[in-house]
Amino acid sequence: MQNEARFIGVSHPRQAARRHVAGRGRYTDDIVAAHVAHIAFLRSPYAHARCVTINCEAAGVAPGVIAVFRGCDIAGVSRPWTTRLERMPSHHSAPQPALVADETCWQGEAVVAVVAETRAQAEDAIELIEATWEELPAVESIAAALIDGAPPVHTALKSNVALDHTIAEGDVDAAFAQAQTVVSHSFAFGRQTGVSLEPRSILAEFDARSGILTVHQSHQVPFQMREIYAEQLGLSAENVRVIAPDVGGAFGLKLHAYADEMAVVAIARTLGRPVKFVADRLESFISDAHAREVDVDGRIALDADGRITALEIDVIGGFGAYSCYPRSSVGEVLQAVQLAGAPYHIGALRGRIRGVYQNKVPTGAYRGVGQPIACAVTEQLIDLAARAAGLDPAALRARNFRASPASPSKTEGGVVIETLSLQECLSALCRHMDYDALRREQASLRKRGIWRGIGLSAFIEITGVGPGLYGPQGVKVSAYEGCRLSLQRGGKVRCATSVTDQGQGTIDGLAQVIAEELGIVPTDIHMVAGDTGQTPYGGGAWASRGIALGGEAALRASRALRGQILSIAGALLQADAADLSLRGAAVIGKTGAAHMSLAELADIVRFRSDTIPLQEIPPLEAFEQFVPLALPYLATNGIQAALVEVDPGLGTVRVLRFWVADDCGRIINPQLVDEQIRGGVVQGIGAALFEQCIYQNGQLVNGSLADYQLPLASEMPDIDVLHVSTPTRETLLGARGVGEAGVVGSLGAMWTAVNDALTPSGARVTRQPFTPEHILDQIAAAKP
Amino acid sequence: MDNSSAAEPACVEAGAITEIAFTLNGAAARAQIAPRQHMVDVLRQVFGLTGTHLGCEHGVCGACHILVDGHVVRGCLMLAIQANGAEVVTIEGLNASGAIADLQEAFVRRNALQCGFCTPGMLMTAHALLQRDCAPQRAHIRETISGNICRCTGYHAIVDAIEATARERREARDAK
Repeated sequence: MQNEARFIGVSHPRQAARRHVAGRGRYTDDIVAAHVAHIAFLRSPYAHARCVTINCEAAGVAPGVIAVFRGCDIAGVSRPWTTRLERMPSHHSAPQPALVADETCWQGEAVVAVVAETRAQAEDAIELIEATWEELPAVESIAAALIDGAPPVHTALKSNVALDHTIAEGDVDAAFAQAQTVVSHSFAFGRQTGVSLEPRSILAEFDARSGILTVHQSHQVPFQMREIYAEQLGLSAENVRVIAPDVGGAFGLKLHAYADEMAVVAIARTLGRPVKFVADRLESFISDAHAREVDVDGRIALDADGRITALEIDVIGGFGAYSCYPRSSVGEVLQAVQLAGAPYHIGALRGRIRGVYQNKVPTGAYRGVGQPIACAVTEQLIDLAARAAGLDPAALRARNFRASPASPSKTEGGVVIETLSLQECLSALCRHMDYDALRREQASLRKRGIWRGIGLSAFIEITGVGPGLYGPQGVKVSAYEGCRLSLQRGGKVRCATSVTDQGQGTIDGLAQVIAEELGIVPTDIHMVAGDTGQTPYGGGAWASRGIALGGEAALRASRALRGQILSIAGALLQADAADLSLRGAAVIGKTGAAHMSLAELADIVRFRSDTIPLQEIPPLEAFEQFVPLALPYLATNGIQAALVEVDPGLGTVRVLRFWVADDCGRIINPQLVDEQIRGGVVQGIGAALFEQCIYQNGQLVNGSLADYQLPLASEMPDIDVLHVSTPTRETLLGARGVGEAGVVGSLGAMWTAVNDALTPSGARVTRQPFTPEHILDQIAAAKP
Repeated sequence: MDNSSAAEPACVEAGAITEIAFTLNGAAARAQIAPRQHMVDVLRQVFGLTGTHLGCEHGVCGACHILVDGHVVRGCLMLAIQANGAEVVTIEGLNASGAIADLQEAFVRRNALQCGFCTPGMLMTAHALLQRDCAPQRAHIRETISGNICRCTGYHAIVDAIEATARERREARDAK
């Protein structure tokens, strides 16, 4: 295998990037459909209200208007759905309609859909709708939702408590009673939203003659949407084709089934005319899934040797008005507790997991799902414990890290660990950043009144999640990934994969794996993805699975196709297939000489199969699938560090440097891996410093890009990325996921860094984002 | 202010379809437009130039950047009628001209884009920066592209790609 062109482990440029830099991306809104009509929505202006009257007469006859749909018009085509988890029967959600017929329970919920020849005409007509509302009491904060006798968020709900669950492992009370050091901290994680730069977009066409519904949609999981649309509209799944073309960012928010998009497909079915809906930015803020609004109380116990003996965590999250369909809203709080303390031997863990409904946008998946919260809470508690015990934070971490288990084992929170490299990651990180020198510099700067903070943040992360998460809950989300390869004329390869790509570069990574196995170059592989009509069934993009699981399927399919090619070549060449290999798009013999090109072989199979001395000729097409079965998922680990400077007079935070040491197993494309991490890190910094959905009286008051602050280039640091590589034993490829690692750790690094910087004042931040106002308030409150 | 005495805008009445004539990517172009239409809707819907993107339609994200008479402009904040008589260049035109081929190559080589939605606008801003400044410092690059939101990359790779292009252009110039 030496002297071959290698593609695994090489930063090969992405093919898709060439289209994008030329302005030739093809996103859903770029797709032209003949006779398409456009949809705009009237959205609820109230957090909670009963719709008394809706007069659409003027809208219905406005210029260009084709049809107007109210809730009562659409309910017969697409009935309200209910998010259910079979293993959590106490998690109940109100039935959610495509369009509000009676009761609206968040500001932004879609009420009326106007279909017109142009989007502008549809928006004009929306202005002509006269609606009268009877306002109902609304529940906004988590605390308000919990009050006894609080008004229900939806009249179908008996209680606003959506989830109340406790986990416990070990004797937590005894550990705290006997502890040498106990510290506690409260955390408020602000409500955020994913803000993909391309808004949610959908184009739906129903052909009444064939009964086929074709949906182009900016989405991560086409097969999930196929199942949902088929069920909603009473079609067979085979008659629904969902295509995700280029997707302009997703980050989890494009994992869900949104009510307005359900309305769009129902309208396409009813009208028999293609319809398009592209959310504008203002409606994105009040209709895209929100995330992260979580309050946490945590405490940690250390013994006299500085060893962690217990962790207790009480987590309560705001779910918004409905549990997000179909995956539910429980993931954030569940993973916040399950992953808490995961990198450390903590001995005993008790966690309370609660969620409440609120009259706000439903919360759902956003990159990392709960793991950034678990990490931030754990790391902040460890830092405070180190300070209380007079130990260096890095040393305390090293003392308590979980060692790599000899065989898969469970953490106190129930996370299954295969292999770990936390000590190696910490060593690599501290060496690279020169941790000791930074601590010395920090001490000397403090004497001059300059407040710098160094924050560490270790994490264990769940990637490549298998069927155990959603399957047993009765949620039809596939965890299986498939790959179909065929050798084409000209010696090129076609790859159809179930994995989808929203810019991560997964598809190009798969091509590198296939190229390496088949001795061809990635540009000779035609990749097909994101189309239920053309690709194998599978999960798409969620839980960092593309390379870890989809890459394994591609590797196995490549080996199967190689076996077919070599058996045919062996028969033609009268050679033992075991003596043949593939290199340079040709079949290579024992001596290293090329005997025939793949193009020749492909043509012989197609046109001169009579010359192949085999009883059965392999089809030159291989399908393989992969799903992790021995392990529930592929856990991985890493550590991050932030260097920040806080201005005590202004309360501002500058991020000076940022470092990451990550272990995602075998790396296919180092550059793509690094850029996944950097992008994730910046989303975590944005969360820590800027991003929050601010509600007042049930109204989102900062729902524009001018008011919801995203991280900009001038505020962000350069980010150094290091790797420790421990291939997983669960797969032949050995790759683990990496798409979420950046955001999982960076929020924690920012909490610990900012509070480290605030040490001279004795103040601590407790609310995220760490606005200048919050920092100055905390400094003022800490003054004696 | 007494509205009745205010001077009416010279040329259009609300709702009236008006023809504009301008230069688009080097060629003469005409379009029938409504006065309220912004430039990006016209580029995308009338001319099919979908490389210019709409990320916010309120002038914050920069995905809609185009060149108007040589200046980088937020296409979503510009009324199409303002393009009358102007020279407009979109990413498609810039790509075809080869003027930023090295910058585009640097973006690809450095993976300075992921989903690609911000990329055409980002390239416009970077192109304008490199025309003004042949040796921009990283901090200056970061400041200059702060009118363009990228949600994917974290910006580091974009700064690298712009910095590398500036360096390569200097080296090419010095070699002559």
